[in-house]
Amino acid sequence: MELAVFVLFGLAALVSAALVVAHRNPVYATMSLVVTLVSTAVLFVLLGSPFLAALQILLYTGAILVLFLFVIMLLNIGRERSSGARSPAQTWSAVILALLLAGSLGRLVWDAHKDSEAPPLDATFVSLRGLSEQLFSSYLLPFELIGLLLLVAVVAASWLARRHEEDEPEVAAPSPEDRP
Amino acid sequence: MTVPVSWYLLLAAALFAIGVIGALTRRSGIAIFLSIELMLNAANLTLAAYSRLLGDRAGQMVVFFALAVAAAEAAVGLALFINIFRLRRTIDVNRLNLMRW
Amino acid sequence: MRPLDLLWLIPALPFAGAAVNGLLLRNRHKPLVTAIGVGAPGLSLVLALAALWDYVANLRPQPFEQFLYAWTTGSLAIDVAFRVDPLSAVMLFVVTFVGFWIHVYSVGYMGHDPGYRRFFAYMNLFMGAMLLLVLGNNLLVMFVGWEGVGLCSYLLIGYYFEEAFPPFAGKKAFVVNRIGDFAFLLGIFTLFSEYGTLHFGQLTERILADPGAAQRPFLLGLSLAGFTALCFFIGATGKSAQIPLFVWLPDAMAGPTPVSALIHAATMVTAGVYMVVRTNVLYQMAPEISTLVAVIGAATAIVAATIGLAQNDIKKVLAYSTVSQLGYMFLAAGVGAYVAAIFHLATHAFFKACLFLGSGSVIHAMGGEQDMRKMGGLKKQLPATYRTFWISTLAIAGIPPLAGFFSKDEILAGTFAHPGALYRVLWVVGLLTAGLTACYMFRAVYLTFEGKFRGSHEQAHHLHESPRVMTVPLVVLATGAVVAGWIGIPKGVWETFGAHDRNLLHHFLAPVVAEVHGAGAEHGMSHLVEWLLMAASVAIALAGIGIARSQWKRRGLEADAAFAARTPVVQRLLENKYWVDEIYDRLVVRPLAALARGCWKIVDTLIIDGGLHVGAFVTELTGDLGRFTTTGNVRQYALYFLGGVVLLFWWMVL
Repeated sequence: MELAVFVLFGLAALVSAALVVAHRNPVYATMSLVVTLVSTAVLFVLLGSPFLAALQILLYTGAILVLFLFVIMLLNIGRERSSGARSPAQTWSAVILALLLAGSLGRLVWDAHKDSEAPPLDATFVSLRGLSEQLFSSYLLPFELIGLLLLVAVVAASWLARRHEEDEPEVAAPSPEDRP
Repeated sequence: MTVPVSWYLLLAAALFAIGVIGALTRRSGIAIFLSIELMLNAANLTLAAYSRLLGDRAGQMVVFFALAVAAAEAAVGLALFINIFRLRRTIDVNRLNLMRW
Repeated sequence: MRPLDLLWLIPALPFAGAAVNGLLLRNRHKPLVTAIGVGAPGLSLVLALAALWDYVANLRPQPFEQFLYAWTTGSLAIDVAFRVDPLSAVMLFVVTFVGFWIHVYSVGYMGHDPGYRRFFAYMNLFMGAMLLLVLGNNLLVMFVGWEGVGLCSYLLIGYYFEEAFPPFAGKKAFVVNRIGDFAFLLGIFTLFSEYGTLHFGQLTERILADPGAAQRPFLLGLSLAGFTALCFFIGATGKSAQIPLFVWLPDAMAGPTPVSALIHAATMVTAGVYMVVRTNVLYQMAPEISTLVAVIGAATAIVAATIGLAQNDIKKVLAYSTVSQLGYMFLAAGVGAYVAAIFHLATHAFFKACLFLGSGSVIHAMGGEQDMRKMGGLKKQLPATYRTFWISTLAIAGIPPLAGFFSKDEILAGTFAHPGALYRVLWVVGLLTAGLTACYMFRAVYLTFEGKFRGSHEQAHHLHESPRVMTVPLVVLATGAVVAGWIGIPKGVWETFGAHDRNLLHHFLAPVVAEVHGAGAEHGMSHLVEWLLMAASVAIALAGIGIARSQWKRRGLEADAAFAARTPVVQRLLENKYWVDEIYDRLVVRPLAALARGCWKIVDTLIIDGGLHVGAFVTELTGDLGRFTTTGNVRQYALYFLGGVVLLFWWMVL
C-alpha cells in the first residue's frame, strides 16, 4: 500500500517537476509546480508529518503559487520565445553539472543509508500536539523572528511593487517582441 | 511493505537536479523563480525524510520555517520582478545583463 | 662653565651656519649670508682657541672627553662624544684657524659669483664635518665626519656644475674615495668585532694590554693589527691622495680656488695622515705595514713632484705639490715619526693654503686664467700676492727658518735614523723630492711673477691687486708659514746651543704616540749627524732653487721648450702624468663600465625587465581571457556557482 502510494506520487512529482522546467508557458509551468507540491505533500504524510503536508498545500499552493499566477497575469508574461539568444553550451553544461550533482548526492545518500531502517511510526511523533508544544517552547524565538521577517517582507514588497512615476521608461509602449 | 527512507532522499536529489537545470537553462525570470521553488521543495523533502529517519522533529521545524521564508522570498522576489518589468519591459535574464565589464 | 664645556659648539656652529645659509636664506640676503658664512667659522675659531687654552693650561696631557649622547646601546655601544687630546688639539687649531681665514678670503674671491650663498653653505658644512672628524672620540664619529668631508669635497669640486668638467671631477673624487672608504669601514668592523669598542682610548688600551692577540695571524697572511692597519691605510690613500688613489686630487682643482686651499690642500686631504697617526698603535704593531706606508709615501712624493715639474696650470702644480707633500707625511708616519707627520701636516696647512690663495689671487687678477704660460711679470701688479707667495714657496722649499724646513727636516731625519737599508733609499728619495719641490715651486714663481707678461691685452689691462679681504688672509697665512715651524725646532739644535730642549710640539704630542714595547725606538743620532742632515736638505733645496732660477727666471717658457727638446720622452711622460689616468681607464674604468653595461643590457633590460614584461603580459592575457567570463549574464554566473558547488562537493564529501 505504502509502496504504491510512494511510487504513484513520486512519479507524479518527478514528471510534474520536469514539466515545470520544460514548459514554455509560465501558467502551465506554475500549474505543474502545484502538482509537484501536492505530490510532495502526500509524501510528507507518508513520512509522518501531516502538519507539514497541510501547511504545504495551504501555504505553497494556496498562497505562494497563487501569487505567482497573479504576477504572471498582471505582467502579461507570454511564452518564452524559442528564437533569439539561445546558448546550447550553457544548457548542456548546466544539464551535465546538474546530473553530476544529482549523481553525487544520490551516491552519497545511497552509500550512507541504503540499509538504514527508520524507527516505526508512533503516535507521539505524528501528533500535532507534540509538534505545537515544541514549536511554541523550544522554537519560540525563531517563530517570533519569522513573524517579523514576514512583516518586513510585506512592507518591502509593497514598497517595491508601488508605482514610481520617475521610474517609468521614456518609451511607454512595450516593444512587440515582449508581447505574446 | 514500508518504503525505505533512502528512496525519499533519492527522489529529493532528483527533484533538486531538475530544479537546478531549470534555474540554469530558462531565460524567463518567472520560470527561474519557479525552478528555485522546486529546489527548495526538494530540500524540504530531504529534511522531512531525515526527520523521519532520525525520529527527531527538529527537521520538521526547519521545514516549517523554510516554508515561511519561502513565502517572504516569493513576496519580495515577485515585487522585484514587477519593478524590473516596469523599468525594462522584460524579465528575460539574458537582457538583464548590467552586471558586466 | 669652562671653555671646554662649549666644545660641542665648535662643530655645531658651522653646521648651523650651513643650515641657515643653505635652507633659510635667499641669494638676495648677501650681507647676512656673509655674516653667517664667515661668522660661524669665526666663532668656532674663538671657541676653539678658548677651549685649547683651557685644555693646555688645565688638563694636558690627559684627554678631555665630552659625552653628548649615546648613539647606540647594547653590545654595539657607540657614543656621540668629542675628545680633545694633544693630537686633536693640533688638528682643531689648524682646521679652525686656516678654515676661518680661507672663509674670509672667499668673501672677496667669490664675491661676484651667483652661487655665493650655496658656496658658503657647502664650506660651512665642510667645516662642521671636518671638525666632527677631528674631534670624534671614536672611529665611527670620525667616519661620519670622514664621509661628510667627502660629500662636501664632491659638492665643491662640482661647484661650477654648468660646465662639463667639474661635475665629472667631483664624481671621480667621490668614486675613488669610495674605494678607500670601503677599506676604512672594513677596518672599523674588524676592530669592533675583535675588541668590542671603537673608542680611541679604550682601543689603544686593549690592544696594548695584549700585544700577542693583535699580532696573531688574521687574514691575507697578515696579523690582526696588520690587517686593520692596511685597511686604514687604504682608506687614507683614498682621502689623502696617495698612490694608487691619488688621481682624483689634481682633477679636484676644478673647484673654486678657496676650496682647493681649504679642502684639497690644508685640511681634508690630511685626514688620512691624522687617521694613521690616531691609530699609530696598530702601525707600531705591524712593522711590515709601516714599511709599506713609508714606501708608498716616498713613491708618491717623488712621482707627484716630477709631474709637478711639467705642469703649466698653476693650480695643477700646487695640486701635485700637495700630493707630494702628503707623501712626505706618510713617509714620516711609516718610519714611526708620527709627530713629524703631524708637524708637517700643520706647517703644510699654512704654506699650502697661502700658496693656493695666492694662486687664487693671481687667477682672480687674470680673469680666470690658470695657465702659467699666459702669465709672467705679475710681481709689479700684485705685490702683496707676490710677497706672500714667495715666502710660502720658500717655506715649502725648506729654507730655514721657515716652517717647511723644520718639519721636512724632521721627516728626513726620522727616515735616515730608521734602521735598514731600504730606509736609506727612502731618505735619498725624500731628499731628491725636496730638491724637486724647490725646483718646481720656483719654476711656478718665476713663470708667474717674473719675466714679461704673456697674456692678452685685455688681461694686461685687467690686472689688479686683490682687495684687502683677500690679501689679509694671505698675509696671516704667510706669517704662519714663517713661524709655524718654530714650535718644533729639533732637540739637537737647542742642545748644541746649550739650551733646554724646547721642541714644544714633541713634548705636547708625546702622549699620543702609543708606547709599544720594542717598536719605534727614539733615534739616537749625534748632533753632528743631525746638523749634517739639515745642511744636506738645505743644500739640495738651494740647488733646486738655483736650477729653477737659472732656467726659468730669465728664459721663462724657453727653458721648458729646451727641456722638451732635450728629453722628449721624459717631457711627454711628465706632461701626461705617467698616463696613470689612461692606464686606470683601460684597466679599471672601462672593464667596469663594460660590466655595468652588460648588467644593464642583459640582467636589467633582458632578464628583469623581460621577466616583468612577461608577468605583465600573462596578467593582461588572463585578464583579457577572464573578461569574457564576466558577461553580465546571471545564468552564466549561476553556472559557475554550480560548477563550484560540484567541485567542492567532490573535494569535501567524496
